[in-house]
Amino acid sequence: MGVFPFIVVAWILTVGLYGIVTSRHLVHQIVCLIVVQSSTYVLLLGVGYRRGAAAPYFSDVSVHTPAVDPVVQALALTDVVVEAAVTALLLAFAVQAHKRFGTLDPQELVQFKG
Amino acid sequence: MNPAVRRWVFLAGAAGLAAFYLWGLTGLPGFGNYPGPYGDIINRIAVAQTNATGVVSAVNFEYRAFDTLGEEFILFAAAVGVSVVLRRLRGERERPARDESMDRNLAPTSDAVRMVSLVLVGPTLVMGWYLASHAQTSPSGGFQGGVVLATAFILVFLAGEFLIFERISPLAAIDAAEAAGAGGFAAIGVSAVAMGLPYLTNFLPLGSRPGAVSSSGTIALISFSSASKSPPPSS
Amino acid sequence: MSGHAAVIPHTAPLGLMNVLQVTMLILVAAGAAAVVLVRDPVRQVIALSIYGVLLAVLFLAFQAPDVTLSELTVGAVAVPLLLLLTLAKVRRREE
Repeated sequence: MGVFPFIVVAWILTVGLYGIVTSRHLVHQIVCLIVVQSSTYVLLLGVGYRRGAAAPYFSDVSVHTPAVDPVVQALALTDVVVEAAVTALLLAFAVQAHKRFGTLDPQELVQFKG
Repeated sequence: MNPAVRRWVFLAGAAGLAAFYLWGLTGLPGFGNYPGPYGDIINRIAVAQTNATGVVSAVNFEYRAFDTLGEEFILFAAAVGVSVVLRRLRGERERPARDESMDRNLAPTSDAVRMVSLVLVGPTLVMGWYLASHAQTSPSGGFQGGVVLATAFILVFLAGEFLIFERISPLAAIDAAEAAGAGGFAAIGVSAVAMGLPYLTNFLPLGSRPGAVSSSGTIALISFSSASKSPPPSS
Repeated sequence: MSGHAAVIPHTAPLGLMNVLQVTMLILVAAGAAAVVLVRDPVRQVIALSIYGVLLAVLFLAFQAPDVTLSELTVGAVAVPLLLLLTLAKVRRREE
């Protein structure tokens, strides 16, 4: 169990990057970017986990129960929010690109010089 | 660059990335053996210092409140960016809103969807409000509460009541609520400076018991302002 | 709250938690591959929604309920909604 979560992180990252590289539709590419971002959540939470510990909420347990790292969870929360914002902006760009160039194929859009 | 060459270049790059990543993995302490001191220190002192039993929210809104302020402004900037990118270009006219589905065969919204959506609006509103106001005690927080509140409005839209949706979410009020949320967060921080403390210090009375809803001072206020900030970008 | 501390186990027995984590990790890895390999955007949105729910359960197994809530609301509701709206807007122009 020592490194299995981190291998899964590398797998998700690679699979997402493969999707971005070989995509033929801008919205499909954006969803693959979401997959890439999700690998970082798993990495953050995997780093902060402690075997046998509980969640860092002490409303019903004593303060001395071993808990997982809360700072890493705060970072992951911010990460999720930023993912939503970036996705919204990228989708607006995709709509505008379709309006101007009539196509959503990234391999055709590359040929337009501005 | 044709697709086959693109694929091979990617595989070569991915192999290099994998090699470096595996090399870095050997330096990790392994899954489950969390060594670092920072998390343990925060867990030990957070409840005593802030009277908040939800340590993640305490970290988000007090110990690292500046980062959360930056995150709120990322949301703000994204909302502004979307409205700028999707603006009316020269040569386009805004057509009056007409029912474009007349020439498409759309199935009418099924009764089951309408009923379930309308029934769920009330509980969703209550749930969103509960999440937004309980950031300091249990898993919840301003952002999650805000998105659930926005979902309540979207449920009205899904139920097919588009005219009611237009009336309960006027654009001007949404813009005002979003600005109030972002400004409120910054203002709470500035009011700490006005009292001679560092920016964003928690200066309100901490409340009587750990875990009470009115405890933990500015954490509750900041959570509320971030809750009023998140529905607008979703609309 | 009660004064004396009764020892209530707040985590599942250690072996069970490990099994849950390993299962969810495998499911998440398969889900990521599925999301990428579905080429039609509309179907991919559904796959992304399911992937978001799988991720949320994985975060729950990692003892992170706050992140679970965020991932559920964002990744399984808000982002698919945005994607479907974009696809509808793009399709309207093609007609």
